Amino acid sequence: MQIFASLLPAEIAVHAPVLLVAIPLIMSAVAAFMPNGRAGWVISLITAGAVAFLSLVVLGQVAEAGVVSYHLGGWAPPIGIEYRVDALNGMLLLLVGVVGFLCVIYALPSVADEIPKSKQALFYAAFLVCLTGLLGVTITGDAFNVFVFLEISSISTYTIIAMGAGKDRRALTAAYNYLILGTIGATFFVIGVGFLYMATGTLNMADIARILSENGHDRVTQAAFAFIVVGLGLKAAMFPLHMWLPNAYAFAPNFVTAFLASTATKVALYALIRFLFSVFSPEASFVDISLTWVLAVLGVVAMLVASGQATFQTDARRLLAYSSVAQVGYMMLGVGMGTAAGLSAGLLHLMNHALMKGALFMALGIFALRFGIQRVQDLGGLGRSMPASATMFTIAGLSLVGIPLTVGFDSKWYLIVAALERGWWWAVVALIASSLLALVYIGRLLVVIWMESPPSHHGETVARSRAPYLMLVPTAIITFANIYYFFDASFLINLSNAAAEAVMGAR
Amino acid sequence: MLEIILDRFNYIPIIILMMTGLYIVVATGNLVKRLVGLSIFQTSVFLLYISIGKVFGGNPPIIEGGHGGGHGDDAGYPASGHGADAAAGYAAGGEHADEAHADDAHATTDGDAHAATDSGYGDAADHAYDAAGHAAEAVEHIAYSNPLPHVLILTAIVVGVATLAVGLALVVRIREAYGTIEDDALNAADYSLETGSGE
Repeated sequence: MQIFASLLPAEIAVHAPVLLVAIPLIMSAVAAFMPNGRAGWVISLITAGAVAFLSLVVLGQVAEAGVVSYHLGGWAPPIGIEYRVDALNGMLLLLVGVVGFLCVIYALPSVADEIPKSKQALFYAAFLVCLTGLLGVTITGDAFNVFVFLEISSISTYTIIAMGAGKDRRALTAAYNYLILGTIGATFFVIGVGFLYMATGTLNMADIARILSENGHDRVTQAAFAFIVVGLGLKAAMFPLHMWLPNAYAFAPNFVTAFLASTATKVALYALIRFLFSVFSPEASFVDISLTWVLAVLGVVAMLVASGQATFQTDARRLLAYSSVAQVGYMMLGVGMGTAAGLSAGLLHLMNHALMKGALFMALGIFALRFGIQRVQDLGGLGRSMPASATMFTIAGLSLVGIPLTVGFDSKWYLIVAALERGWWWAVVALIASSLLALVYIGRLLVVIWMESPPSHHGETVARSRAPYLMLVPTAIITFANIYYFFDASFLINLSNAAAEAVMGAR
Repeated sequence: MLEIILDRFNYIPIIILMMTGLYIVVATGNLVKRLVGLSIFQTSVFLLYISIGKVFGGNPPIIEGGHGGGHGDDAGYPASGHGADAAAGYAAGGEHADEAHADDAHATTDGDAHAATDSGYGDAADHAYDAAGHAAEAVEHIAYSNPLPHVLILTAIVVGVATLAVGLALVVRIREAYGTIEDDALNAADYSLETGSGE
């Protein structure tokens, strides 16, 4: 890891944390002025590549120094705004950077197919703004800054989801409903931050944490806690605040779904973890109680109910979207355990879920590009007409179920171990039941793909078709990661262990 | 009880606005009215922030007079020529003003050919002394309102305007695509599309 820190000259490497946010922001303006979609894509590709590279550099600096603190404009915190990277958000930066880069490679054929030509450059510009927001939420150490970046990413997300309207007008209502709920969530969050500011007189998260641990909690900080959990829970699609997610994922352009499913809810969940563990602390009894009785319990309910809902969906992407809500439940369960092992397992599942869902939505995007497929029943016979993509879909699907030889098994294993350590046998039962439900809904897709015969038009079966390499290669890389990190799990496990230690061990 | 409520009277309109806004968002089926409710909800939060920045009897957060930081030029006391320099220079700190006072005394005791210029100098110094005194008093006794919440809310207002703009743009597009902006009608249209029973 340390080696990445030395890849840039020291004068630039010092500013890597701020460049990570500034580069996509500036490049989004450049992309908006590009004459066509292809030029916009090149700009996005360069930017996402730079972001992925810088996230590696920052992670290397974290491995060297423990905590990287960047003072914006040279104003020292707590008065100035601080960008603060430790092992937890370093990991998230890497996730957003690398998955974002792979998604951008994938984007060109998909976007060319789904977005009107005149809008493509603007679409890429909005995407880069969204990337800026996600990176900003992840990197900043200032509570109000979190709100601003959260809204930067959300507002651009509403627009890029609505761009799915070219294929299906329901994208518009989905984006509108997301806008209403997302804004309520953000406003709840900002009320919570306001209460924290009233109680502590500072907005720097480390400083708030210090003052709270010195002064203890009163009703104002408890109200702040409740508002922040609800607000960020809405953004993270925490059950039962997930109502916006299934439609938003089902009708957004395929590239957007793949990108959002593997980054956006993860970043919101990161912000929640940051507030639960770093700003507040499980040592305070009301935090501990809400971890157990709100997060863990709702997580278990999400795992069961959302998985159950997923089995009855007819739209393939909505099926996977409900599955995403269930997977957020797994992460909530891990976080709700309130132990380092539980948090680490939850974070491992967060990374792994990004890999699985990224690959699944990318493969669905390939099917949609070639055959315009949205409904489950239309997937029939794809095992024969698109064997490579169908294989990748299968591997990622099995990973989602948690079959051994895939990363999904890893994180579920660690979740079960952590739950048993805590003595939560009911959580283990729910985990297994939910995995069986996952087997049902993924199995339903796989049966249609492999068992049914290809659709026939006028008596002729559809010819074999190959996806464009630009889509195939990133999907293959993520699918390969699903298997590779089962055999060489140490990288991801070390990352999530270090992240859990960084927030739990700080106290 | 009444006292507790009156002490926190600023929260009463905020809570009323907040609940009104949230209720409109939930209760209305009209997409534009829902955005109106959302705006009212956000505005109540702006008020919450602004009201916590208020300090009773607090002045606008602009520091008047010198503040001991060597920014005497900003003192804003009208003076001219040599006097301005002296006032500006001596306003910076109390001990300097004391020196000025000593000079002043020196000037009056000397009282010879230089008296005219000296007394001019002394006037300026006197003035400076007063200014320094005021400045010291100001720093000690004047309470300032907290400017930070206002700055935060400026940002939040921009965010709110952007959200509203995107929301209204979406409503326009929905109107184009569906021909209605009533939630019930939209759901009915989507439902008939999903179940394949025609539009």
